[in-house]
Amino acid sequence: MSILFAFLIGGLICLIGQLLVDLLKLQPVHVTVSFVFVGSLLELFGLYDNIIKLAGAGALLPISSFGHTMTHSAVELAVKGSYLDLFGGVFQQTSSGIAYAIVIAFICSLIFKPKG
Amino acid sequence: MYKKYYISSKYYEVIFLDKKIFQEAIEKNKTKRPILKNSIYAFVIGGLVCLVGEVIRLLLMRIFKVDNKTANTLMLLIFITLSSLFTGLGLYDKFGQIAGAGAFVPITGFANSLTSSAIESKSEGIVLGTMMNMFKLAGAIIVIGAVSSVLFGTIIYLLR
Repeated sequence: MSILFAFLIGGLICLIGQLLVDLLKLQPVHVTVSFVFVGSLLELFGLYDNIIKLAGAGALLPISSFGHTMTHSAVELAVKGSYLDLFGGVFQQTSSGIAYAIVIAFICSLIFKPKG
Repeated sequence: MYKKYYISSKYYEVIFLDKKIFQEAIEKNKTKRPILKNSIYAFVIGGLVCLVGEVIRLLLMRIFKVDNKTANTLMLLIFITLSSLFTGLGLYDKFGQIAGAGAFVPITGFANSLTSSAIESKSEGIVLGTMMNMFKLAGAIIVIGAVSSVLFGTIIYLLR
C-alpha cells in the first residue's frame, strides 16, 4: 500500500515543481530552494512526519525532506539540551547524505571527463 | 514610432505600425511550453522514482532486516550513487530533458548538481576547479536548509 502512496505523493510533489517552472517561469534552483523552505515550514505543524509515515520514499526522496530532516534534528537536540544545541543539530542527520554525495561527486569528477 | 516590449523575458523593439502586425509578431515569438505534456511526464517519472525508492526501502527492511532509519539512509545513498554515475556518463541530462521536475526535485537532482559542477570545472584543477566549484548550484539548498531550520527551529523551541 505504501508503494502506491509513494508513487502518488512523490509524483504530486514533482508535478507541483513542474507547474512552478512552466507557469511562473521559475528556474529549477528556485523550485528546489522553495521546496526545502516548505519542508522546513511543514515541520512547524508536525505535518511532514505524517506524510513520511503514509508515503515512505514518496516523501523522503523529494528535496523537501532535506529541510524537514534539518529542522527535525535541530529541534530534537535543542529540546534535549539548551538552545545552542539547535545549531549542532542542523546537519546532524543530513550530514551522512551530504558527506557521501561530496565524496561520490569528487570520485566521479576524477573518473569522468566533461561532455560537450 | 518605436516602442519597447518585454515578452516572456525576451526584449523586443517593435516598430509600431499597426496593432494587427504587432499582435502577429507577439504570437510568432511566443515560445510555447507544452505544459500538459511536461506535467504528465514530471508526475509519472517523479512518481516512478519514488516508487522504486519505496520498493528498495521495503526490500532492505524485509530481506536485510535493517531498521527503519538505516533503510531510509541506505535508500538515499543508493540514489545518490546512481545519480552521480549517470551524471558522469552524461545520461542524466537526457533524463532531465524528458522528466523535467521529475529529475531535479528528488534528491538525485542534488547529487547531479554536485557532480556536474565538479566535472565541468575539472579543467581548472582539482583545488581551484573541482573543490571550489562543487557547491556552485547545490550551495543554495544547503544555505536555505540551514537558515530556514534555524528560523523555524527557534520558533518551535520557543512555542513548545
